Amino acid sequence: MTKLLEWLSAFIALFSVWYLLISKKVARHFVSENETLIFYSPIIAVLLFGIYAATVVLYRVFTFNDCEEAAKELRKEIEEAREDLRTKGFVFKNSDR
Amino acid sequence: MANTDNSNKYSILLPTYNEIDNLPIIIWLIVKYMGESGSNYEIIIIDDGSPDGTLEAAKQLQKIYGEDKIVLRPREKKLGLGTAYMHGIKHASGNFILLMDADLSHHPKFISQFIEKQKSEDFDVVSGTRYVGSGGVNGWDFKRKLISRGANFLTQLLLRPGASDLTGSFRLYKKDVLQKLIESCVSKGYVFQMEMIIRARQLDYTIGEVPITFVDRVYGESKLGGTEIFHFVKALLYLFATT
Repeated sequence: MTKLLEWLSAFIALFSVWYLLISKKVARHFVSENETLIFYSPIIAVLLFGIYAATVVLYRVFTFNDCEEAAKELRKEIEEAREDLRTKGFVFKNSDR
Repeated sequence: MANTDNSNKYSILLPTYNEIDNLPIIIWLIVKYMGESGSNYEIIIIDDGSPDGTLEAAKQLQKIYGEDKIVLRPREKKLGLGTAYMHGIKHASGNFILLMDADLSHHPKFISQFIEKQKSEDFDVVSGTRYVGSGGVNGWDFKRKLISRGANFLTQLLLRPGASDLTGSFRLYKKDVLQKLIESCVSKGYVFQMEMIIRARQLDYTIGEVPITFVDRVYGESKLGGTEIFHFVKALLYLFATT
């Protein structure tokens, strides 16, 4: 089953439950007491998920390692490499860089 | 586990296009760190007819380090990453293939960690990851990080790939596994790496991960524009619908 079909199946299952509830074919008493909440529950679910997604993504952006040490180490090694390669007879084309 | 260092050989594929500044440095670093690790290796440079003289630089390096370490397999013109890898594999004498970028964003010091990781559970693929543990990226601003994290979140949600870094291209593969993966991939360019790891999951290959630090291009420019994002979304939807 492709990921698309997995998502469609889950969506159809959830939609069916929701539709059965708002059409009052099942659990009539429970639905009457919470009618608005159940009617808007798909929108609420989407909003909640949106908040969750935004929080997770922003948290990960702010905790993304900047690796300053790695960059510093690399710059040092580039100098080392250029020096060593020159002594080995390598001719750099852009020698001014 | 027994010491298998002598029976394993690692072929490092370096596709290049206009990397005359970076190539000598990356080769020097690979030689340094692979020498320290004691693993048997070769570097295969696949230059796609760079007009800046990358191939001449590669020839100089071959003279310095020897034809057994540096193998040149140039091509006439730019023909795409997938075919460059296939071209390299054909000439690779190792039983493992390491893919990395030649632009110094991938540091060769991590290769020995990839090798250790692979041995630990006999993984089919070991992928470097910028998104986990000590991994990270240098030289990215807020916008770039946001796009990267957002795209990664969306991909994880839709595809559940079993790997945290899908667009990275710093990976170690068993040779036959890589061959099969490339044959089963349809996309080109930047999203090719993403498809490779998704196909790996689809074909039930095991994937190990090693956190890497990614230092964005020191020389030259890195690209992330509307075109890249468009290709990414297209590939994501394609993989979502077909795998």
